[in-house]
Amino acid sequence: MDTYEQVKNVIVDKLGVEADKVTPEARFVEDLGADSLETVELIMGLEDQFGVTISDEAAENIRTVQAAVDYIGSQQ
Amino acid sequence: MTNLHSTQRVALVTGAGRGLGKAMALKLAGDGFAVAVHYGRSSQEAEALASQIRVSGGVAQTFMADLSLPANAGKLVEDVAAQMGGLHVLVNNAGITRDGLAIRMKDEDWDAVIQTNLSSAFAACRAAIKIMMRARAGRIINVSSVVGLMGNPGQANYVASKAGLIGLTKALAKEYGGRNITVNALAPGFIASDMTNALSETQKAGYVAAIPLGRLGQPEDVAALVGFLASDAAGYITGQVIGVDGGLYPH
Repeated sequence: MDTYEQVKNVIVDKLGVEADKVTPEARFVEDLGADSLETVELIMGLEDQFGVTISDEAAENIRTVQAAVDYIGSQQ
Repeated sequence: MTNLHSTQRVALVTGAGRGLGKAMALKLAGDGFAVAVHYGRSSQEAEALASQIRVSGGVAQTFMADLSLPANAGKLVEDVAAQMGGLHVLVNNAGITRDGLAIRMKDEDWDAVIQTNLSSAFAACRAAIKIMMRARAGRIINVSSVVGLMGNPGQANYVASKAGLIGLTKALAKEYGGRNITVNALAPGFIASDMTNALSETQKAGYVAAIPLGRLGQPEDVAALVGFLASDAAGYITGQVIGVDGGLYPH
């Protein structure tokens, strides 16, 4: 499974959204309805999935699906 | 490592070497938890307690951490989870007193009590919640005090720290209820312990006169409530402050 699909699975799991809503441009808060706590859980879920550590500062800038995929890619 | 060890739920009790914490650790061990026995200075007492639990067929491991520095509290929680296979119950019990009249209270006595009793409890909660969120379950029990509800002369720092724990408990209960993490506070009254042994007989008699049940509490009275709050039966209780005070301060 490529990074995008794995990220998508984490988002579907953590935010409880339909898979077809998870597009590259989708914003977690505005488009996928994540609240602040769910956003943190999503970051934690990505950390667990990919075995990376995402700093709070980096997490601030991960606001879309594509941003998450790009960040994971940059850490691997 | 035994198989039991890896499947057992883990409970951390801070300040477990003596007094209330010791009774709580024994209760939780008796209820089937693997117990992380934290101590600051009471190394011998903590080791003796852990041995006592093991002799009774339980699982216990000791952890030293100086909770006058909150960073150590976060590390303690992480160490316990890493070494014991998770963290299901956190009991923030460790506490100190530096009593004195407020007008004579030194900044360091104020700071030491707030840091140890409140800031370290927060740091432990923060680290524990991250672990509990991943597990989608957890229990946090903060040991406040009846004086955090009713006030007490000569203990401005201690009372503020214990009242602070109540606010912390309510805020976290609301923030993490949706993640199946319950957070409750205990408000023990006057319990027979080193802290109350420091009181004069006259002071003790004065307190007992104000307690409807007419006696000081025992550590086991408080430990019984910890056991209940950690149990499955208490799954719908969160954000509460529960007194164990012989009726001293109904609220």
